[in-house]
Amino acid sequence: MPVAFDDGVVTGEGLIAGHRVLIAAQEGGFMGGAIGEVHGAKITGLIERAIETRPAAVILLLDSGGVRLQEANAGLLAMGEIHRVLLDARSTGLPILGAIGGRNGCYGGTSIIARCCDCLIASEEGRLSISGPEVIETVEGIEEFDAQDRALVWRTMGAKHRRLIDEIDVIVPDDMSAFRNAIIAQLNVSRPLSLETLEAEQSALRRRVERFRDAADARDIWRALGVDSPECVSEMEADDFNRLVEGLEGSGS
Amino acid sequence: MPPRDRVMNRVALRYQSRIKRGAALANGKVVDAKDATALLEAVIEPGDRVCIEGNNQKHADFLSAALAAASPGKLNELHIVQSNIALPTHLDIFESGIARKLDFCYSGPQGLRLFNLIGEGKVEVGAIHTYLELYSRYFVDLSPHVSLIAAEMADREGNIYTGPNTEDTPAIAEATAFKSGVLIAQVNRVVDRLPRVDVPADWVSFVVPAPKPHYIEPIFTRDPAAITEVQILMAMMVIRGIYEKYSIATLNHGIGFDTAAIELILPTFAEELGLRGKICRYMSVNPCPTLIPAIESGFVEGIHCAGSELGMERYVAERSDVFFIGRDGSMRSNRVFCQLAGHYSDLFIGSTLQIDLEGNSSTATLDRITGFGGAPNFGSDSRGRRHNSKGWLMAGEEGRRDERAIPRGRKLVVQMVETFREGLTPTFVERLDAWSLMSTFKSPIPPVMIYGDDVTHIVTEEGIANLLLCRTLEEREQAIRSVAGYTAVGLGRDRRLVEQFRRRGVLVYPEDLGIDKRMATRDLLAARSIKDLVRWSGGLYDPPARFRNW
Amino acid sequence: MEHLEFKFSVVGNATTAAQASAIVGVVGSGNLEVLIENEDLDGTCEVSIDTSIHRFGATWERVLADFVERHRLSNIRISINDGGATPAVVALRLDQAIADLLRGSR
Repeated sequence: MPVAFDDGVVTGEGLIAGHRVLIAAQEGGFMGGAIGEVHGAKITGLIERAIETRPAAVILLLDSGGVRLQEANAGLLAMGEIHRVLLDARSTGLPILGAIGGRNGCYGGTSIIARCCDCLIASEEGRLSISGPEVIETVEGIEEFDAQDRALVWRTMGAKHRRLIDEIDVIVPDDMSAFRNAIIAQLNVSRPLSLETLEAEQSALRRRVERFRDAADARDIWRALGVDSPECVSEMEADDFNRLVEGLEGSGS
Repeated sequence: MPPRDRVMNRVALRYQSRIKRGAALANGKVVDAKDATALLEAVIEPGDRVCIEGNNQKHADFLSAALAAASPGKLNELHIVQSNIALPTHLDIFESGIARKLDFCYSGPQGLRLFNLIGEGKVEVGAIHTYLELYSRYFVDLSPHVSLIAAEMADREGNIYTGPNTEDTPAIAEATAFKSGVLIAQVNRVVDRLPRVDVPADWVSFVVPAPKPHYIEPIFTRDPAAITEVQILMAMMVIRGIYEKYSIATLNHGIGFDTAAIELILPTFAEELGLRGKICRYMSVNPCPTLIPAIESGFVEGIHCAGSELGMERYVAERSDVFFIGRDGSMRSNRVFCQLAGHYSDLFIGSTLQIDLEGNSSTATLDRITGFGGAPNFGSDSRGRRHNSKGWLMAGEEGRRDERAIPRGRKLVVQMVETFREGLTPTFVERLDAWSLMSTFKSPIPPVMIYGDDVTHIVTEEGIANLLLCRTLEEREQAIRSVAGYTAVGLGRDRRLVEQFRRRGVLVYPEDLGIDKRMATRDLLAARSIKDLVRWSGGLYDPPARFRNW
Repeated sequence: MEHLEFKFSVVGNATTAAQASAIVGVVGSGNLEVLIENEDLDGTCEVSIDTSIHRFGATWERVLADFVERHRLSNIRISINDGGATPAVVALRLDQAIADLLRGSR
């Protein structure tokens, strides 16, 4: 197995717009950003430190296909520990911000990390899903999901769709300063994690399954959400797309 | 005096009876898709020369399948004369005995199967041609008796509209129609009125509306996201060390990632060097999406295309100052004219799989028969050229061995390769695999893509070898070894010669060109993704789904 | 994985670096990372390599010997994690790393 000096993740502390933050950045080029024992321990350690030192936020720059399967239980344990410490941190009111802008997207256990964050920021190239396109095609067949059809992959797992169904909070252009500005706007903002919020989330998910049960394609969902021309969504630049989302939220659909 | 009863219009008489047999299945000129095989059985005769239109992109795939479904009892011993062997059905007819002899130019994905069929004696190869060579032979000794072409639309009289992918159709249609051959067009639609006429009705014998639009492959789309830093470094060397030095205004690019890297740093690296308006002004290429930034930033002023590219239709149509556009508003391509235009330009640059010590290059490797396509015509000195340009004269002067020799110009033919390919296979070899193929093939000559004596420069990540300045064959071999990196060929260099070569300009390293290797990053690319290309095009480029990540 | 170690001695001036270390590249398919550090090594250069492609030790040695010679390096430690890079990529990364070390990162 190839090795890397940093095991595919850089962690550290620094200032962003004068605010102290702790930050982890995954290297998607190394084993697809997969999380193994050392890689995972670095992220867990970072968040544990944040619980003690109370920075303005922990920032996770995610670009990962999930757990490093070849490390077997050690990898799975590492993933589980990140999930646990994330929830610990949130219960103390420490904001955890996730950002997805890499080519691997965010899959498997890393997608669970992402959804445990207070706030998720992504560019339209970002993807978020438990199972990857090839996995779905293998299990369900090519008629159900053609992993080669990249337009289909992005409209099913891409950041815009995740934004429209409320799983991602902010969409930004594929640009470093845009990510930075979006992160600054979320510093020191914590979304408390309580039994009530979890129960509300559960029932929202139940309603979502009910409402979109018959949708065969993401575009059907977008239309049901009130998007007039779902076929235009994929081509929209981030600003136009955000205006569209604002309009939908304004109309209360 | 010749005997008076000698018949000199046998082919035309045979044409009449072919058409009569076919007409029984037609309504006017239009034949139902379900009768396609019957039509072919009616008009083709055993032993005929048949062309199934197909090249890099557009394919008469339905008619090819219809021919493959014919009975080998009725149709056999056909001689296939066509540029590309690309579809499984192209070889099915050899497997079943419908066809036996083959004259062609190129076989991409079918190369392995073709190799095996030749071994089994099912395919008897006449020759592997270059494009211009095969199309020329259509007008000499290989005129097709029957040609099956692919087009966008036909009207009821049989006029044909090809759309932007005209490609090889004009050459095939002319050679067939005027040598009493039967021309059958597979069309996506029959309409009342065509946007423009690419082939006039009286050249066309039958029209078959196909159940599905003909297959087109987007083979010229290179995702900028896959361009590597080594390719960017080599692109920087080419721009400084060759395009700038020789003021290359007219040229042809290959279609790999290496040349895509050049295209994508024109608006950045070359712009900073002040080269806009001086280099890369006119090109003979397909409308490669990676050219969009260079076109939009005013580098490339004119392009003639051999064919179109999926997704580029609207962009091209809106850029009639640059491309050749029909009165209907869509592009008109033409492979033969594009090949000719490229042949007479200042420079060809492309990649290859193997280069030997004389600079001969080949894409033929041991277990595949791939052929050459357009590279040999683009990548050879145009000895019929007489008009001059700065680069052509400079190259001629550099290559002049003897002061008493008559002054003449010279085309620049550049091979751009990394010393190792994927899997650490060396590009530089002592002996081309083509030699072994020659014996397998029982061919009198090895299948060489570009001959060493046509090659003027070899560019690798290590540097540029200028073969024009080599005085002897020994020097030439040493110059090639000097850019062959850590391959066995490269390790065999005479290290003492390197400094001498650098002084004489035979060998040019990046640092000799003032190139900072740290600049060789993807930040230098004017577009780093397909989406960036869409943005450069103002939303006119519509990439196929497989290239999207949004 | 294969582990390789080389030691080179070049007669020349001590390398004067602008910074203590430089790192470039990523361990991915056909790519590598290079860490280059200033260290008192009695005027030599020490190299250690972990590579996923076996049996290319001789090529590595040639590439690195040329590199050390070209830049007249001494008292330099080079550590490489390789994911099967071609010599072209290796040479480019080494040149990038030494440029960062000698002139400071971009």
